[in-house]
Amino acid sequence: MSDATIGAPPRRRFKVSRRMLPYVLSLPALLVCIGILIPFFTAVLYSLQRYRLSQPWAREYNWGQNYLNFLSDASFWNTLKVSLTYAFCAVGIELLLGLGIALLLQKRTRFNNFVSIMLLMPLMTAPALAALMWKLMTNPGFGILSYFANSLGFTDFNWASDPQTAMLTVVIVDVWVYTPFIMILLLAGLRSLPQQPFEAAALDGVPRWFVFYRITLPMLTPFLLTAVLFRMIESIQQFDIIYAMTQGGPGDALTVFQVEAYLNFFQSTNVGRSAALMMILWAITYFLSNIFIKNWLRLRERQRGES
Amino acid sequence: MNTTSPLETVLRGIAITLVILFFMFPIFWIILMSFQTNATILQVPPSVFFEPTLQNYRGLITGQLVTDTSSLEIRFMGNLFNSLFLSTASVAVGLILGVPAAYAFARLKFRGSEDIAFTLLSFRFAPPLLVLLPLTIYFQQIGLANTYGGLIWVYQLIVLPLILWIVRGYFEDIPADIEYAYRIAGHRWWTTFRKIALPLAGPGIAAAALLAFIFAWNNFIFALVLASADKQPVTVGALAFITASGVQYGQIAAGIILSIAPTFALALYAQRYLVEGLSLGAVKG
Repeated sequence: MSDATIGAPPRRRFKVSRRMLPYVLSLPALLVCIGILIPFFTAVLYSLQRYRLSQPWAREYNWGQNYLNFLSDASFWNTLKVSLTYAFCAVGIELLLGLGIALLLQKRTRFNNFVSIMLLMPLMTAPALAALMWKLMTNPGFGILSYFANSLGFTDFNWASDPQTAMLTVVIVDVWVYTPFIMILLLAGLRSLPQQPFEAAALDGVPRWFVFYRITLPMLTPFLLTAVLFRMIESIQQFDIIYAMTQGGPGDALTVFQVEAYLNFFQSTNVGRSAALMMILWAITYFLSNIFIKNWLRLRERQRGES
Repeated sequence: MNTTSPLETVLRGIAITLVILFFMFPIFWIILMSFQTNATILQVPPSVFFEPTLQNYRGLITGQLVTDTSSLEIRFMGNLFNSLFLSTASVAVGLILGVPAAYAFARLKFRGSEDIAFTLLSFRFAPPLLVLLPLTIYFQQIGLANTYGGLIWVYQLIVLPLILWIVRGYFEDIPADIEYAYRIAGHRWWTTFRKIALPLAGPGIAAAALLAFIFAWNNFIFALVLASADKQPVTVGALAFITASGVQYGQIAAGIILSIAPTFALALYAQRYLVEGLSLGAVKG
């Protein structure tokens, strides 16, 4: 340590050693992280208890009973079905639409850039407020969309208030809000692809559809996968749009995981069941986000390698 | 690229028109509604020609909701203020906590750094209610229920991972050599961080802050579960407002427009950063 004294400051100040520095820098963020982990583990404990806010005296550990109950609980299977249907439909449509729009806007022209900026607007709308907007537009009395549906001959089309069409309606709202997100990711991906393969294909006179299937799609796959997984993780947890639009109704047509857990907690005050539902949703998203992160790391490695 | 046939040009034109129609029409229509009285809104068939009125906006701003039969106090401006305050404060806290941590994760490899970074990222994916439901009980016990402080802390769940991952990516893209050179010239670590690393990552920090602000502003579930009326942001307030005001549809529309205007303005002002931030946050890191 003797060489370090050369040119040392005259006054000794409090100094953080090099080894401690990263910990000191990330400590505040870590503390917040621990603050989040505590409620997380509490939720794990709740999920193993018979716990109703209305019957605090009957609170006790029943271990896996909440989970076992799900096996014979029709409303749980309905929740699972509704959540999966919602996620697959929304993400599927968003992917196809997003890819289509990204391909339409692929060329860097003034007009295309203008349109892609306009498409940011739905994405910048809070999903809960987007649901309210669509609620106003689908109002059976004065809603413009109800009017359109009527004039097209769909006189008994009741949008979100009919169990038959409620799912379709909220999926449309989800598509409206989030397609631009997929579009932006894919547009960024498309515009970052190397040009040589396309030029070579053009020189050889390869048909356009063949170029799309054999060059564009494979090179775009990492972006597609990321976009889909990202949206999948979020839409299986959808709450804002559904709650703001129908509060899970009509009946149990739209009781997705988080809505069902919310209703269980605040209406039936069944904390144990609510926590168990959240644990199952967490397991699903954990599985999905692991695929997401692996794919994302691979993509990052590749980009690092290229630059 | 190749030559385009006239047919293709026409088809492209139709497709783009449909896209613009689908994505822009709801916003256009709600703006129209916000300038209408209930009488013109309820007209069938709907018409785009009407006498525009500012009474909906006036009602929201003065807090006096005048229906045909009565007058009602509403706190919409209070909701708007809550949104502004919660989002700004959350982003400020997120930056203070997140930027140094992001720097540590990018530059200083240390034991467990990847694991910690991943744990923080994983909060981005966890179902919000998983954490929120136990928190409602805890918040009651420790007196954080319905306080700005408690909400700002919970908002870190969205803000912090976003800032951490976008800013980290930016720090990693800055060549470390510049910092080494500056340090060899005899400067302290802290000076180097302040004078070299922070300014170079400036655009990334700005993009992350913007995006975090918008995500915080748009959030619904945290405040729905943890805040009561006087602390609610517009996303939750607007929903309560519908049930309270009953049939004043023009005012609901005006409320929606006022609540989404700030994020639209930000998006227009900083679209380049924002698009970059969005694709970075999701794809690159």
